[in-house]
Amino acid sequence: MNYTYVLLSILIMALVTYLPRMLPLVLFRKTIENQFIKSFLAYVPYAVLGAMTFPGILFSTSPDGGFSLIYFLGGLAGMLVAMVLAYFNRGLLLVAVSSVVVAFIMQELLGFIM
Amino acid sequence: MDRKEKTHPAESDSAELDSAEENLTAKAPEEERSHLTFRRGLRDGLPICLGYLSVAFTFGMAVVEGGLPPWVAVLISMTCFTGTGQFAGIALIVSGGTYIEMLVTTFIINIRYMLMSLSLSQKIEKRMNGIERALLSFGNTDEVFAVAMQQEGKVGARYLSGLILTPYLGWTLGTLLGATVTGFLPFAIRSALGIAIYGMFISIIIPPARKMKSVAIVILISVAISCLFYWTPVLNQLSDGWVIIICAVAASAFAAWKFPIKEDKQS
Repeated sequence: MNYTYVLLSILIMALVTYLPRMLPLVLFRKTIENQFIKSFLAYVPYAVLGAMTFPGILFSTSPDGGFSLIYFLGGLAGMLVAMVLAYFNRGLLLVAVSSVVVAFIMQELLGFIM
Repeated sequence: MDRKEKTHPAESDSAELDSAEENLTAKAPEEERSHLTFRRGLRDGLPICLGYLSVAFTFGMAVVEGGLPPWVAVLISMTCFTGTGQFAGIALIVSGGTYIEMLVTTFIINIRYMLMSLSLSQKIEKRMNGIERALLSFGNTDEVFAVAMQQEGKVGARYLSGLILTPYLGWTLGTLLGATVTGFLPFAIRSALGIAIYGMFISIIIPPARKMKSVAIVILISVAISCLFYWTPVLNQLSDGWVIIICAVAASAFAAWKFPIKEDKQS
């Protein structure tokens, strides 16, 4: 493991997280009036999470990140369960844990059958 | 857009993104001095702390899953103190992403904090000095922001310190636990745990998508572009970091153009 790389990456992450929080609070007193920019910023987190989740979730349980039918189906089952539970506003922890449990059961079941 | 219900602290772990809109509203400034105490801040921070324990636990597991030692997880949580940005960052570190990807991806995810800090700057006491502002802004997470903005009148440095401290401890402790417990788990379970972060993301984006059509459209566009990049032969050479940026900018810009968020009149 290259720790120089890891530590430098962490430094970048920390700075890029801190500066957007710190600068406006220290420097500005006015709010942004531009509706497009405000709307854009409000939508960004959803777009980021959407792109991060799909289709990555389907391969998230595969040990090497590649395609393997058993892991793919496990991921698919976990994804569907997470979507249904999230739709009914279940808590974050319950949704996350349920997707793990379902993916695990699916993998084990398919591994047993196939 | 309708004003959403106030984010309740007890549900704050699933309400991270709700606050993305709450930050668009700033209450009219009042000059009175805040009566909110440090102790009150600690108490108000407790529900956030509990929510953070579970999310940070998942983060700690994800880091160790990626082949990194527990201290890396704890260091990231203590220096960054953010949810999505940390998950994206660790995914990039594990996949050996470049520094520029790290910088741009983390920045894209974190630009919402500029807006929140901007709103918070209207909410805090005018007498708060630069050093206090610089220190407290470190703890301006989505949930801390949401709770601070719910208070009547202005909030002061004492209250904010307390409101940040309890969640910070929960975030750090949760990360440590998640990172250290994972090593004892058998392979089949560790493999299934890979889906946990994604399950969490789904639980964050689906409830607001259900409430607002515009958010649902943003997510659909972003996911469509993401899938396109994943399965199209030449496009799939591009690394995840850039794909996320392209998806986020395209989907958000389109939605901001088509569905601008209206200013909230009542506050």
